[in-house]
Amino acid sequence: MSVDIDTVKRVAHLARIKVTDTEAGEMTGQLNTILAFVEQLDEVDVSGVEPMTSVVKQEMKKRADVVNDGGYPQDVVANAPMSEDNFFMVPKVVE
Amino acid sequence: MTELTKLTLTEARDGLAARDFSASDLTNAYLGEIAAGNQALNAYVAITEDKAREMAAASDARLAKGEGGALEGIPLGIKDLFATEGVHTQACSHILDGFKPRYESTVTANLWADGAVMLGKLNMDEFAMGSSNETSYYGNVVNPWKRDGSDEALVPGGSSGGSAAAVSGALCLGATATDTGGSIRQPAALTGTVGMKPTYGRCSRWGTVAFASSLDQAGPITRTVRDNAVMLRSMASVDPKDTTSIDAPVPDYEAAVGKSVRGLRIGIPKEYRVDGMPDEINALWQQGIDWLKDAGAEIVEISLPHTKYALPAYYIVAPAEASSNLARYDGVRYGLRVDGDDIADMYEKTRAAGFGTEVKRRVMVGTYVLSAGYYDAYYLKAQKVRTLIKRDFDLSFEAGVDAILTPATPDAAFAPGAITDPVAMYLNDIFTVTVNMAGLPGLAVPAGLNRDGLPLGLQLIGRPFGEETLYSLGSVIEQAAGRFTPKRWWA
Repeated sequence: MSVDIDTVKRVAHLARIKVTDTEAGEMTGQLNTILAFVEQLDEVDVSGVEPMTSVVKQEMKKRADVVNDGGYPQDVVANAPMSEDNFFMVPKVVE
Repeated sequence: MTELTKLTLTEARDGLAARDFSASDLTNAYLGEIAAGNQALNAYVAITEDKAREMAAASDARLAKGEGGALEGIPLGIKDLFATEGVHTQACSHILDGFKPRYESTVTANLWADGAVMLGKLNMDEFAMGSSNETSYYGNVVNPWKRDGSDEALVPGGSSGGSAAAVSGALCLGATATDTGGSIRQPAALTGTVGMKPTYGRCSRWGTVAFASSLDQAGPITRTVRDNAVMLRSMASVDPKDTTSIDAPVPDYEAAVGKSVRGLRIGIPKEYRVDGMPDEINALWQQGIDWLKDAGAEIVEISLPHTKYALPAYYIVAPAEASSNLARYDGVRYGLRVDGDDIADMYEKTRAAGFGTEVKRRVMVGTYVLSAGYYDAYYLKAQKVRTLIKRDFDLSFEAGVDAILTPATPDAAFAPGAITDPVAMYLNDIFTVTVNMAGLPGLAVPAGLNRDGLPLGLQLIGRPFGEETLYSLGSVIEQAAGRFTPKRWWA
């Protein structure tokens, strides 16, 4: 499978990365090289094989359904590029 | 170099306990080495001098009372991937500019609880994506090793290039590192240091910047096998904050160092004899086999038929998980923000400016393979291949193999810029990546020098939670091969 420049631009938008036409052109070649490399997997017969979901068998740990953390909004927003009254500030989303 | 910085971690530990010198003396000696060498090596991206002195003074107070933990007063370097409270934590990416977490990673918290001293944060490939430490926003790390008679700078490997260079160049006694496809073992091999990637789930991932969550695992890089065993014991824990942390007690790894390996069965996988591998690597591998045989181990040929598919499967699984993990860097909660016309434009401009080329490439691959209609063909298929890779190992272990011996890397350190094709760079991890795919422990041990005088390493792969066996075998190789220290050309 290979990608064209329009697919690359679409994927870049899905990934929320702005790309110029030149960058998209360069990425098209690189992505196709990588996709050609991973295509080796087509040689492998995986019929009847379960996908691996964990490397070590262990029962999923559960904790009690109680509030055990929180109460420090100032720490949560401490690293925000922009915040006010312990809220994250972003450009207007709803008109 | 002062006499103090020539000591190994365990020698320094014993010297501190015997009050031969103080923790402050030791930390000051290392701060001196960093001041002298870091400009040339670029191993540290942040030096926490004041904090180091405070921690060392606190260690001296505890040592004076006859108290102190397993790493009391031992100065360590911390890979920039670990969250350290109030201290530079950026995964060496532009997008995390100015990020100073309000919390501490479990691994580093464990080290401080055992008395270790933080010297600073270590350089690495951006978000741990790279095999040569050329993708860091903070510039290349320079390998303390150079070819005989040459002044050309070489890469230290990656992604834990700063960790490996700092340990090799005596800019710390040991360093934390992380390994997603070989990022502990490959740089350890390229710098003549010892690197352990533990079993998946042995060290908590809590507070470690995520790259590919089903593969990421923290471990130590040190100068000796014994040092490594001591440091891993402190890093490892059972952590309720990480659901993949395994509920198994942490053993005394140091007790395994120097233990007899007589009767252990060592598998030699024929699939690791790849085309075009330098004769020196083959010779080194044979030397390793002979050393283990001389120590009483039994050598058996094994087959791991799906080995060649590990790297292509990795380059689906790792980018897919990375594209998901890195979605959080959007200019809202931390780090860099580049203003845009609206919120989507702000996201896109921030991520375009904040991520480097290799990170963008992997996020793009990951987004593509997870996009509608392609999930089954790529990600699901790769996870099935992963099951087959793991089964290969399981069958060998069920047949009585205790550990597997392979080369650690296909060649020695290379010059920056020497490998420009992304896939060619990925091939550097050909011997290490299978281990992550199967979640097994892997130990890289220096085993010799090539014709240019550069270090080469061997890799030991263990059963799940077989770290102790690896330390026993690793110390046999270390005893036979000796230790390797670079010539001090800097400062």
